[in-house]
Amino acid sequence: MDLVPPGDEGAPPPPPGVYLAVRGAAKSYGAVQALRGVDFAVAPGEIVGVVGHNGAGKSTLMNILAGTVQRSRGDFTIAGKAVGEWSPHEAQRHGLRCVFQELSLCGNLTLAENTRVIHRSLRGPGWRRRAGTLIRQQLDMIFPGHGLSVETRAIELPIGARQMAEVARAFTETDAPVRCIILDEPTSALGHKAASQLLAYVKGLPERGIACILITHRLDEILLVCERATVMVDGKVVAERPVARLSRPTLVGLMGAIEAPHLPASAAAQVAGRPPVVDLPGRDSLDLAIHAAPGEIIGFAGLDGHGQRERLRALYAYSRHRHRQGRGPAVAYVAGDRGAEGVFGLWSIAENLTIRSIRTLRRIGLISREAECDLAREWVARLEVKAPSIDTPMLSLSGGNQQKVLFARALASDAEIILLDDPMRGVDVNTKQEVYKLIRREAEAGRCFVWYTTEVEELTNCGRLYVFREGRARTELLGAEIEPARILETSFGGRDG
Amino acid sequence: MSTVRIGPLLPPWSYGFIVAFALWIVTISATGPSRAGGTLVATVAFAAFSVLVGTGQMLVIASGPGNIDLSIPSVMTLAAYLAMSAMHESDGLVFLGLAVALGVGVVAGALNYAAIALLRLPPIIATLAWSFVFQSFAIDFGGEATLKPPPVLAASTTFRAAGIPILPGAVVVLTLIVMVVLRRTVFGRSLLAAGQSERAAYLAGVEVGWVRLWAYALCGGLGALAGYLLAGFTGGAALNMGDIYLMESIAVVVLGGTSVAGGDANAIGIWGAALFFNLLGIMLNTFRFQAGVRLFLTGVLIIAIVALVPHARARA
Repeated sequence: MDLVPPGDEGAPPPPPGVYLAVRGAAKSYGAVQALRGVDFAVAPGEIVGVVGHNGAGKSTLMNILAGTVQRSRGDFTIAGKAVGEWSPHEAQRHGLRCVFQELSLCGNLTLAENTRVIHRSLRGPGWRRRAGTLIRQQLDMIFPGHGLSVETRAIELPIGARQMAEVARAFTETDAPVRCIILDEPTSALGHKAASQLLAYVKGLPERGIACILITHRLDEILLVCERATVMVDGKVVAERPVARLSRPTLVGLMGAIEAPHLPASAAAQVAGRPPVVDLPGRDSLDLAIHAAPGEIIGFAGLDGHGQRERLRALYAYSRHRHRQGRGPAVAYVAGDRGAEGVFGLWSIAENLTIRSIRTLRRIGLISREAECDLAREWVARLEVKAPSIDTPMLSLSGGNQQKVLFARALASDAEIILLDDPMRGVDVNTKQEVYKLIRREAEAGRCFVWYTTEVEELTNCGRLYVFREGRARTELLGAEIEPARILETSFGGRDG
Repeated sequence: MSTVRIGPLLPPWSYGFIVAFALWIVTISATGPSRAGGTLVATVAFAAFSVLVGTGQMLVIASGPGNIDLSIPSVMTLAAYLAMSAMHESDGLVFLGLAVALGVGVVAGALNYAAIALLRLPPIIATLAWSFVFQSFAIDFGGEATLKPPPVLAASTTFRAAGIPILPGAVVVLTLIVMVVLRRTVFGRSLLAAGQSERAAYLAGVEVGWVRLWAYALCGGLGALAGYLLAGFTGGAALNMGDIYLMESIAVVVLGGTSVAGGDANAIGIWGAALFFNLLGIMLNTFRFQAGVRLFLTGVLIIAIVALVPHARARA
């Protein structure tokens, strides 16, 4: 890593009154730029909100601050000192604490023992009792009336209670005082009462000189407790505003400020009137039925984890069943979780690509090696998979090229319905553009795509959207309604949600 | 051993053959060259049975991590008992007996998979439980008695054409067929896909359930066929006739280069491993080792070979 300490030349020393600051922070994973040069600072006792859609780089930035991810570039100062290599332990020593979305309590330990894990000074006889007192007092302070026993093992607690313990643990102090807390979606797992208790507690932090960085999709929380909001889009900070001058619609507008190509309106009009190839009823009256006709590109939108993937799986099971009974067209599925659900690691590119089509490659009962190679060669060429030959082991390809092979598996098949399960994760921009073009071309040729993605700008490739909220398809957006601000607004539950 | 150094150049399945060849040389150097041919023929004849049960076990093991059939010995015994009693030592009924044996095996395999799929039992438990059921049927049926095969079955299992035993030749043909099935049929590809990743296979359109059902049914059928032929070869069906094949069916698969993690099957390697196993038995008998020493040496050699064989390509 190439880290230049600030103050030598380029970067001026941070202004006084800044607890923590990064300048030009960047992080890339291979070809994917998660963070493209971000300036971000927090003053002592300041509450800063960070918002942005999935993949905007919020979590990467927080991980860099917390020391769990090393930055590729950029300066970092904490309490006026330049930081080179950074680690969670160092962060902790400087009074910086984090509560991440993925909970970090050890399931087999009690809450008291979990508290000991981050406090090395709790040692010697009676440490368990002292740790228990510490966490209990903190829980009482943040969540009065919580009713949790500190002798309970974390695994036995429901997710909400675990989140409470996690938050409380981050505020406990022994030798190093807490200077700043990072809360990443702290209220998503909490009930209404606990969430308001936490927000009230956070609001009181400035008086005690503790700063807080709050990441949340619940924009009202930002408006309620933060002094300043930072908006991130595509790995960059696009706006920093005092919250006093912000409203919910402005915030949504700032997040959705993405330039994106639009699908020609004619495509949506063209398909109207054809009988649907997909017609899956909703689960209840609040849940829209999913229907799609040949030639359509349907998007599943909404915040991550609101039931889109489950519905896509249900759609796969349903279409597959109908096809087997001879009542519907064939279906193919492009998995986004390549390692677990897409790739066959012992096989070559050709075997991976043709597995969905082997039935049609049979000549007198046996799979024809020639037909198989022809099919694989054709699609490797069409998708420009970069590999020495079709017999190259699948795992020796880069992630993006593996993903192309998985696309090719679906497109080379006889499927008329193709389900896309967030397939662009970890794929670089150029590949994305190629694949978008391919999807549109295949749709024009009469195939039907149902596309779940967590990247809002991708949805502009779709002719129609179902926006999911809390496990149900709640809103349908058509044609011109499909633009990032509107999608975000409906994801959060409408204008007044 | 000089084979160690050239290791990485050789495919994993070749090690069984190399070690078997070495054991053969050691054995005939002790017994004299006049016995070389006889030793080989006896080894190949016994190895054919190991290959039959091993091939079935391979299909099951390749169908996914955790899949294994521990009911093979009891299926062999039960199928042999039922077939022998159906034939009444009558030459005209050998094909009826064969059909009975195969039917018993396929049904037993299907029952194994039904317990795994419908009751969600781990395969190791499901097949072990069924093996007790099958074994108790066999006890109830034949008890301690040895049921004799019809003369024509006994004769055909030991029949030689121009000095070459016919039965091992037929098993070699079967191995070749299985190799083609694995590479070039929808069943074979689906089996290996399901074995590598059940979720990926399901999402790629593979009928994972059917494929596994077939793997278990074929394993039962091959075990039953081995039991039927073994009863002819050894002069009768006995209660403990399958016992040695429990460990051996698994060992020949693993030594033969099939991955226990699933998705990677090697049919030809089973022959190398089966030859090694049976030659080892003959060699240790020749040197008049005690039973304890024999078991010890068998175990040590298995560990040594598995440790020396280069591992299959890394998994995702």
